[in-house]
Amino acid sequence: MIRNITIGQYYPAKSYIHELDPRVKIIGTFVYIISLFLVSNFIGYGVVLLFLWVLIHQSKVPFSFIVRGLKSIIVILLFTVGLNVFLTPGEHVIYEWSFIHITGEGLYTALFMGTRLILLIMGSSLLTLTTSPIQLTDGIENLLNPFKKIGLPAHEIAMMMTIALRFIPILLEETDKIMKAQIARGADFESGGFIKRAKSLIPILIPLFISAFRRADDLALAMEARCYRGGDNRTKLKQLTIEKQDYVAIGVMILFILALMFLRVI
Amino acid sequence: MVVAQGLTYEYHVRNEQGNIEETQEALKSVNLSIEKGQFVAILGHNGSGKSTLAKHMNALLFPTGGTLWIKGMDTKDENKLWHIRQTAGMVFQNPDNQIIATIVEEDVAFGPENLGIPSEEIRKRVDTSLQAVQMTEYKDHAPHLLSGGQKQRVAIAGVLAMKPECIILDEPTAMLDPAGRKEVLDTVYRLNQEEQITTILITHYMEEVIHAHRVIVMEQGQIVLDGTPQEIFKRVEFLKELGLDVPQVTELAYLLRKEGIPISEEILTIEEMVEGLCQLKQKQSN
Repeated sequence: MIRNITIGQYYPAKSYIHELDPRVKIIGTFVYIISLFLVSNFIGYGVVLLFLWVLIHQSKVPFSFIVRGLKSIIVILLFTVGLNVFLTPGEHVIYEWSFIHITGEGLYTALFMGTRLILLIMGSSLLTLTTSPIQLTDGIENLLNPFKKIGLPAHEIAMMMTIALRFIPILLEETDKIMKAQIARGADFESGGFIKRAKSLIPILIPLFISAFRRADDLALAMEARCYRGGDNRTKLKQLTIEKQDYVAIGVMILFILALMFLRVI
Repeated sequence: MVVAQGLTYEYHVRNEQGNIEETQEALKSVNLSIEKGQFVAILGHNGSGKSTLAKHMNALLFPTGGTLWIKGMDTKDENKLWHIRQTAGMVFQNPDNQIIATIVEEDVAFGPENLGIPSEEIRKRVDTSLQAVQMTEYKDHAPHLLSGGQKQRVAIAGVLAMKPECIILDEPTAMLDPAGRKEVLDTVYRLNQEEQITTILITHYMEEVIHAHRVIVMEQGQIVLDGTPQEIFKRVEFLKELGLDVPQVTELAYLLRKEGIPISEEILTIEEMVEGLCQLKQKQSN
């Protein structure tokens, strides 16, 4: 069971959005997020929603997958909405009882903020749903490349991400193995309070760390044996290239921004 | 291809304060010469120095005495370090700890990428290497979903993609099940025959070495036996003294001879045993 875990939340499919250059998608997502914060009324959000709906439709990712991403922020969402409802001062009091005031302005801001958050999460999960971790890493490395001059280790960051991605399933499997071995010797991970349960994790974590260090050692040796010497003069099997479809995507993005400006919603 | 002269490697055992407690010699003045295209198996039990020798061939360790040449390049020469590692590729024991990328073909490309080879050439090398180890259909798979034998074959492809002239395999089958072991060995023997790649196989499974051109037995940092498999496994008693086994069939032949049955002492495979027994029977009936 633990072997089948998917890293990130990539949804493999063949679609126009999947085949875009990861750099275009990353920058597009940034532009989209910034536009969300600049939009000042609900008409603007209507345009954004329409845009997002077209993208989701194009990406062939089932809508339920995108909604699933919202589950993780439900607490933050309720918190933001609640705070705005109860704490926004305003003229039009709708309901009042001892210290609670609910105002028309409060309801409006709460709804506005809630919509913004939901659109934010839906848009950014579209990026991770349509881009495989390795493409994402390549894209980030490429985008960070100009910052190498000021000492940002772009290649190293990307290499660390790749290795981390590679070893997540291995270490999960190992955790599973160690847990079973400890259970076989009578360890109990289920009962007791929070502190007792946290303590019972120590016999899992120590062997896990030791083996992780040993693996790191082996891996370093194997990388050296295969002539790894950092990012200088390194070439790539798959080179990122901007193609026709990417120019189309950039064009669509510009149209989107222009539409928002034209409607005077920014 | 590989020449060692007086190759010595010492390391220090330190106590808790970091002071040198004693000096151990992992390799003691080893002399060795391996020709191009040979399949050489190195046998020995734990601590015999066979892995240390392998790491020297890839310039992961440097001799403290003597010299080791790989295709005429001195492994101590730092300018030639990368060239040596590319000429003599190495496959390690643990299949999980030597695969770097999250997709099979990306991992095979890792070596050539490090060498700075142009993308189109890498593409070609990745495809031919995967073909050579018969893993082409798995090129888009995640390595953690492969079996041990498959992972080890990917590791071999990763070395092949660097176009080495020599492959060193440091106990590549130690962590595999019997099916995986067979997969990996078949691949290694086939590559040696078809591509004429010099192969150095380090192992402690006797069955794996019977098809090698040459077998070297190591003990306490020294070469104690060196010859064809037939020559080596004749010395049943000596091998047992060293704590090593002989292939089962050879053991059987040895026991039969001990009982006074005149059977050849060069039997390594079941087929040879059947042949030998049939000849015996014929002689008896005559």
